[in-house]
Amino acid sequence: MSTTTQPATRRGFDYKKFLANNGALVGLVVLCIALFIATPDFLTGQNLLNIGIQVSTVAVLAFGMTFVIVAGGIDLSVGAVAALSAMVSSWLFVGAGLPGWLALAGGLVAGLLAGVVNGLANAYGKLPSFIATLAMLSVARGLTLVISDGRPIKTPAEVSFLGGNLGPVPMPIVVLLVAALVASFLLNRTVIGRSMYAVGGNAEAARLSGLPVKRILVTVFALAGLFAALAGLLLAGRLDSAQPQAAAGYELDAIAAVVIGGASLSGGLGKISGTFVGALVLVVIRNGLNLLNVTSFWQQVVIGLVIALAVGVDVLRRKTRSS
Amino acid sequence: MSQQPLVTLQNVGKTFGPVTVIKDVTVSVYAGKVQVLLGENGAGKSTLIKMMAGVYQPDAGRIVVDGKTVTLPTTRAAEELGIATIHQELNLVPTLSIAENVMLGRMPTRHGMVDRSALRNRARAALSLIGLDIDVDTLVGELGIARQQLVEIAKALSINARILILDEPTAALTRHETESLFAVMADLRSRGVGMLFISHHLDEIAEVGDTVTVLRDGEFIAEVPASTPEDELVKLMVGRSIEDQYPRNTGGAPQPAAPQPAETQSAEILSVEHLSSSGRFTDISFTVRAGEVLGIAGLVGAGRTELIRAIAGADHYDSGTVTVRGRALPRGNIQAAIKAGIGHVPEDRKGQGLVTSASVNDNLGYATLASTARLGLVDFAGQRSRAQAVATKLRIRMHTIDQPVGALSGGNQQKAVFGRWIIAASTVLLLDEPTRGVDVGAKVEIYELMNAITAAGGAIVMVSSELPEILGMSDRILVMRDGRLAGELTAAEATQDAVMTLAARDVDEKN
Repeated sequence: MSTTTQPATRRGFDYKKFLANNGALVGLVVLCIALFIATPDFLTGQNLLNIGIQVSTVAVLAFGMTFVIVAGGIDLSVGAVAALSAMVSSWLFVGAGLPGWLALAGGLVAGLLAGVVNGLANAYGKLPSFIATLAMLSVARGLTLVISDGRPIKTPAEVSFLGGNLGPVPMPIVVLLVAALVASFLLNRTVIGRSMYAVGGNAEAARLSGLPVKRILVTVFALAGLFAALAGLLLAGRLDSAQPQAAAGYELDAIAAVVIGGASLSGGLGKISGTFVGALVLVVIRNGLNLLNVTSFWQQVVIGLVIALAVGVDVLRRKTRSS
Repeated sequence: MSQQPLVTLQNVGKTFGPVTVIKDVTVSVYAGKVQVLLGENGAGKSTLIKMMAGVYQPDAGRIVVDGKTVTLPTTRAAEELGIATIHQELNLVPTLSIAENVMLGRMPTRHGMVDRSALRNRARAALSLIGLDIDVDTLVGELGIARQQLVEIAKALSINARILILDEPTAALTRHETESLFAVMADLRSRGVGMLFISHHLDEIAEVGDTVTVLRDGEFIAEVPASTPEDELVKLMVGRSIEDQYPRNTGGAPQPAAPQPAETQSAEILSVEHLSSSGRFTDISFTVRAGEVLGIAGLVGAGRTELIRAIAGADHYDSGTVTVRGRALPRGNIQAAIKAGIGHVPEDRKGQGLVTSASVNDNLGYATLASTARLGLVDFAGQRSRAQAVATKLRIRMHTIDQPVGALSGGNQQKAVFGRWIIAASTVLLLDEPTRGVDVGAKVEIYELMNAITAAGGAIVMVSSELPEILGMSDRILVMRDGRLAGELTAAEATQDAVMTLAARDVDEKN
């Protein structure tokens, strides 16, 4: 500790630093250029809209996950909670006969509640977030099957609207952009957002400085649940029905997006913009591999390697910076 | 010293990018001698020992072992030449036994399985080298820090280390534990082991060392005998004389020019009545007045930290009351304590005081994050200017305020913890080992800060294991023993002996 002093270079644009801090973005740009060269189908309006629609679900889930990871936790339940929320919404509409907008709100509340339960179990029940949310994954998926009896249920028009178009623009893209702005605002500008970094960086120091760590943790998981619910509704809206097996495994995509975006799983680091880029990297790779007719089996292999590469580069970067 | 040194770093230099960390330094370790490395934080001690241990390679100069020039590309290479390092953060696996730790990486096997009895025997042999008699099946995590250190030394010796680098081994030890470490060092010395010893405790140098190499700003300043008087060493180390290590009770510092509010009988700010917490402390009562520094002395484990934490709201307690300016505080409520004016500087700076990954700016602002916000939105501009102001005032040395606080030196990190409470306008500061791991220059700055706080009408409660600090800075001293108040001394009547007699009566064999 006693010897590390960093040179203060301030003149002009430090492109090295920019590259080091925006590795995922650089990767994304390189990826897009490569795909543009490799296939004429990549840079078409229709394909880009497709990418936008596909990224919306993953990115919205990942925004919620960013809060949790910044605060030093993990949320394995977001995929299951997304499915549960959509199912609750459809059931409220079809089964309980509530008006569509109320059913939509009910779905969001369901996600929020699931998140609050995660948060309470973690902050007050002292369960590690990995365990608490693993339990919630199972409970939420189970409840989804119980409610639906294992069958899809039609969504109300209000939810289907989320999967439709607003003029020429697909609604999921609109929702995605709004969600990104809201999430970024929460994380950067608000007391609760800045507190998340402190809690994730050193929970005890945060507590001794007077930050209400437990309340912050509950809020963090509640937000993750709410964003998961929104993602679930987006997904259901696109299919016009809530599927009992929807979003299975999506939590892993969300975690990957956050990590590719530069967050640290040990907490205290992470940005919404980074997560957005991370989600785009995942989706663009899948899209490109589809366009190049690579089978989905090989796609999984490639995605895995990309995650390892992204995080490996990041670890290396931090190592060189700290020495 | 005509004898050939075991190892010499000869005219070595090291730069990181444009920053020169070590410039033309020579230091040798001789068999059976303890070479002390002295310098403030940032003087280059760590870099130097890392070169000797094979972590860094020197950019200039050479390393000579037994008269031959060598390169030490890895720590493994250094170990093979008999150079072992005992780091401040110990390299032990807490969930494994002592035997397994000592033999880690060299497990004796039979038919591909770990040979348990050979493992125990060899570990026992290693421990006996330093006279440590302890069950080798004990998990290392169950040992105190002092014992863990000895296990690490035993481990080093068992791989035939002839040169031991001890990086601040006494920083986390009690006086008693330090003495037993010194006894082990004396024994090793008589058996021809050469040692390189680093410590911030100047009084330990004469006790354990032979020769002292003083570094300042990465440069060799002097090599002097360990018997050199302390103030002389300080002068060499900081490059100026610090006339007054404790600028409170001695006359050297500028007399309190600030008008003491209510000079005659200042008001009681903090009052603690019959505070008890089972298993931690029992029936503690005291008051602190405006302008006063109350020192709390005692052995490690006497309940001092626990008491401070309870007052700060960090832990619950069973009975009793804490009152600040006449208002009783709810138990275990940090936010209420902060609101009442309490600021807590915890003992473990990195573990409890700071979010090291976050910026200096952020760290200075945590306590006031919510109270300065409007509609839940952070007051960024205000926070920045408050942080800048306090960083300037406390002379926190940094490149920018957006730098991670973890990159600062120990003293500057500690100032950042203080700064948080200055921004929060706290008037009752609870300090737990406020200068641990802080170099001499920054220590004095922290003491001056304490004086400024009390001169402005604040009150300070300071827990410290450094007796000279307690004696030098306190107006009144409480001594704790086994969770109880053993006595109270005024600054005038307090001496090391008086304090230790109260602190250690019939508990001298606790560790």
